[in-house]
Amino acid sequence: MSNAVSVLNGASFSGLVKVADSGLGGMITLRGDHASATLQAVVKSVTGAEVPAIRKITFGAAGAVAWMTPDELLLLVDYAEVDAVVAKLSEALAGEHHLAVNVSDARACFSVEGEAASEVIAKVAPVDLAPGKFVAGDFRRTRFSQIAAAFWLDEAGVYHVVCFRSVGEYMFNLLKTAAHPQSKVGVYA
Amino acid sequence: MLILECPYCGVHAEETELHGGGEAHLKRFGPGSSDDDFHDYLFMRENPRGVHLERWRHVNGCGKWFHAARCTQTLEVFATYSAQTTEPPQEVKDKISAKRPGWSWREFKG
Ligand SMILES: [Zn+2]
Repeated sequence: MSNAVSVLNGASFSGLVKVADSGLGGMITLRGDHASATLQAVVKSVTGAEVPAIRKITFGAAGAVAWMTPDELLLLVDYAEVDAVVAKLSEALAGEHHLAVNVSDARACFSVEGEAASEVIAKVAPVDLAPGKFVAGDFRRTRFSQIAAAFWLDEAGVYHVVCFRSVGEYMFNLLKTAAHPQSKVGVYA
Repeated sequence: MLILECPYCGVHAEETELHGGGEAHLKRFGPGSSDDDFHDYLFMRENPRGVHLERWRHVNGCGKWFHAARCTQTLEVFATYSAQTTEPPQEVKDKISAKRPGWSWREFKG
């Protein structure tokens, strides 16, 4: 068995905000009918979270569920549990049109934490992050400069950014640049 | 700057989140069609100054294709609508008519 590590193996940077590689996380792409009672039940049973409303993320005891498209969810679970969770999803949804696949190693995740976090992200993504416009539990797919990404805001005010692992280093360097100590704009201050 | 509301995820996406997919509602002429029909299907596109119907993809977002009705002259957007249609819905035609009475585009008109 190889020794799995996240894209930058936990690297972090402190500037206007703290940017850190979130480490290994389990991620599952689940396509199917959001309104299906079977799908809602199995999602709840593996994560403890409800199927989220449009552009939202919900949290449970064993994971989180993010709204990706009208027919796709992203399940965030423990890295070690992913294969077991995929098996449970596949078994429960066997009678329905669906797709459940482990994408953990195809992704990278970063946390962006600090008072200037909204400003740092707004520098690189075309999303309105003015106070009250993007709140805890909101989830947004967009681009970060030249790469596709998604992010959400948690209850503690920390942003979490997901991108493809192949561009993980680009993302880290981008966030570091946007968080350079001498690059404060103060637009949301 | 062009801002389109994606009908699938509801995001008001600015142009850099989107990818243009060319003219909307093309009818495909494939094997068995006449040379003229095939030629027109491949090469002949509308290039209006004014009302235009287009395909767009929310590429840096939910990834879905959708349709947009907009004005190429003013960048005014009349409506965005589902990709699962071969013609603009009546409500979209009505929205265009409210702003551009007498409009027409290919076989469609207000
Ligand atoms: Zn969209």
